[in-house]
Amino acid sequence: MDALDHPRSAVIIAIRGLVVRYADRTILSGIDLDVHDGEIVVIMGASGSGKSTLLRHMLGLERAQEGSVMVLGVDVASAGQAALAALRQRIGVAFQSGALFSSMSVIDNIMLPLAELSDLDPTIMRIMARLKLEVVGLGGFEDLMPAELSGGMTKRAAFARAIVTDPKILFCDEPSAGLDPAVASAIDDLILRLRAAMGMTVVVVTHELASAFKIADRIAVLDQGEVLFVGAPEALRQQASERIQNLLNRRPQDDTLDPEDYLRRLTAEHPLRPVPL
Amino acid sequence: MPSIMAPRPVVRALDHLGRRTAGALAEIGLAASLVAESFYWLLVGRRRRQPVRASALFRQMMEIGIRALPIVAAMAATIGIMLAIQGIHTLRAFGAETQVTLGIALSMTREFAPLITGIMVAGRSGSALAARLGTMRINQEIDALTVMGISPVRFLVAPALFACLIIVPCLTVFNGFVGLAAAGLYVSVELGMSLAVYAEEVLTILSPHDVLHGLGKSVIFALLIAVIGVVNGLMVSGGAEGVGRATTRAVVQSISAIVITDMLFVFVVTR
Ligand SMILES: Nc1ncnc2c1ncn2[C@@H]1O[C@H](COP(=O)(O)OP(=O)(O)O)[C@@H](O)[C@H]1O
Ligand SMILES: [Mg+2]
Repeated sequence: MDALDHPRSAVIIAIRGLVVRYADRTILSGIDLDVHDGEIVVIMGASGSGKSTLLRHMLGLERAQEGSVMVLGVDVASAGQAALAALRQRIGVAFQSGALFSSMSVIDNIMLPLAELSDLDPTIMRIMARLKLEVVGLGGFEDLMPAELSGGMTKRAAFARAIVTDPKILFCDEPSAGLDPAVASAIDDLILRLRAAMGMTVVVVTHELASAFKIADRIAVLDQGEVLFVGAPEALRQQASERIQNLLNRRPQDDTLDPEDYLRRLTAEHPLRPVPL
Repeated sequence: MPSIMAPRPVVRALDHLGRRTAGALAEIGLAASLVAESFYWLLVGRRRRQPVRASALFRQMMEIGIRALPIVAAMAATIGIMLAIQGIHTLRAFGAETQVTLGIALSMTREFAPLITGIMVAGRSGSALAARLGTMRINQEIDALTVMGISPVRFLVAPALFACLIIVPCLTVFNGFVGLAAAGLYVSVELGMSLAVYAEEVLTILSPHDVLHGLGKSVIFALLIAVIGVVNGLMVSGGAEGVGRATTRAVVQSISAIVITDMLFVFVVTR
């Protein structure tokens, strides 16, 4: 509980006024968010609320049109290739689908960042990769191919690859999505264990409430392109705002279609005219 | 109310055309930057301690080249025999069958060997390249490489590009040999000309210029196949269906590009 003991630890990710538009749709409309050293921040929001988009901007996979995204002192939105490459050696990412390379065995996947970016002896690399596999609970599975792994194992292998270079920050996109509750909960435990063991900062994107409340030091709620709330899970539960209560309780109106809106979208090309009586 | 604007279908067609043009320009720009970046990694990768790996290059060369040998040989032999049959048939009208070697040697070396090899490699490897990169794109594997600080161009594009540039001319030479040999066998049976005489005639007819003509084209075809496969793969969107579309598109585009470039090349070089 490092972050709670030192709530004023250094800010290592600072997002200011981030705006993202695709064509004429505004996906993120002015995001401000800080992440402190050593904490687990969960970015929570419904499907399609722009969580992955926000994450991609933190990783420099997309460049902000407006606003700034500082990660470990690098302005990701405007950094050159060399600065970005240097930054990327200090972060790890576990993608939603795992993104393991299907043509390589599990151990080769995990060794890849070391093999490509370091001069370590292959024996040392193998030991380091094995160690990380043990940490995520996949010891003994190194020679399997990604296609032979279950969903939960794929996520674990993705975590092992993300932490093999001992990153300062670990980013995870929907770590428990698509897993059954027991496996999802085990992944949450894994995240907590990794932070405790390695002391890194973790940024998790998820739409799973249970998972968010279980692992977060702080939760940022993303809705309709803005951050509705940032704070401790207990504070979030006490929020009275209707939008937040709707999100927390998943009122059906959020998930079902508004028939009128649906009809409007279907007929956008040829708007229905009221029939004259 | 009567509209003074162009009718809707026209607007939509123009809009569509504009989008297609912008899309095509974007793809050509991407292609050019991928080639430039591949050469960059080839030249300075070692110094930046991120070389284009020889192992990756050899794996691609095996896949594109060695595995294609049987089918390329079969096509080359078929084309060679076909040329011999047609040549003898045509020349017989003038009683000049023995001149058939001239036609076979020149058309095989200058035209058929590079063209057939190019089309075979486009169908086998251009499509495979698009499918592989497209699948990696939708599985976020390309993003994963990028955020690890491993350049996808160095790691994936450069090996495929250089493997193509090396192996397609080699396959073309192989194709030429097999085609000429098969044609020679047919000629020796049909006209009772010995294989040694045939071989000697072929060697007298062919100038280094003819060989370079064929090889030059094969290098261009290799570039087209690799670049078109890579661009279609990297621009995939829309899941597994998108990968299927990209694969088909890569084959159609690269075969069209090969045939058109062939014509332009011949036009410019032989006039
Ligand atoms: N490259 C893109 N082009 C156009 N729209 C996009 C693109 N990426 C994401 N979007 C849109 O942005 C919205 C948010 O997407 P995303 O960030 O993936 O949401 P989440 O991860 O919260 O489910 C979605 O409506 C999606 O359609
Ligand atoms: Mg998402």
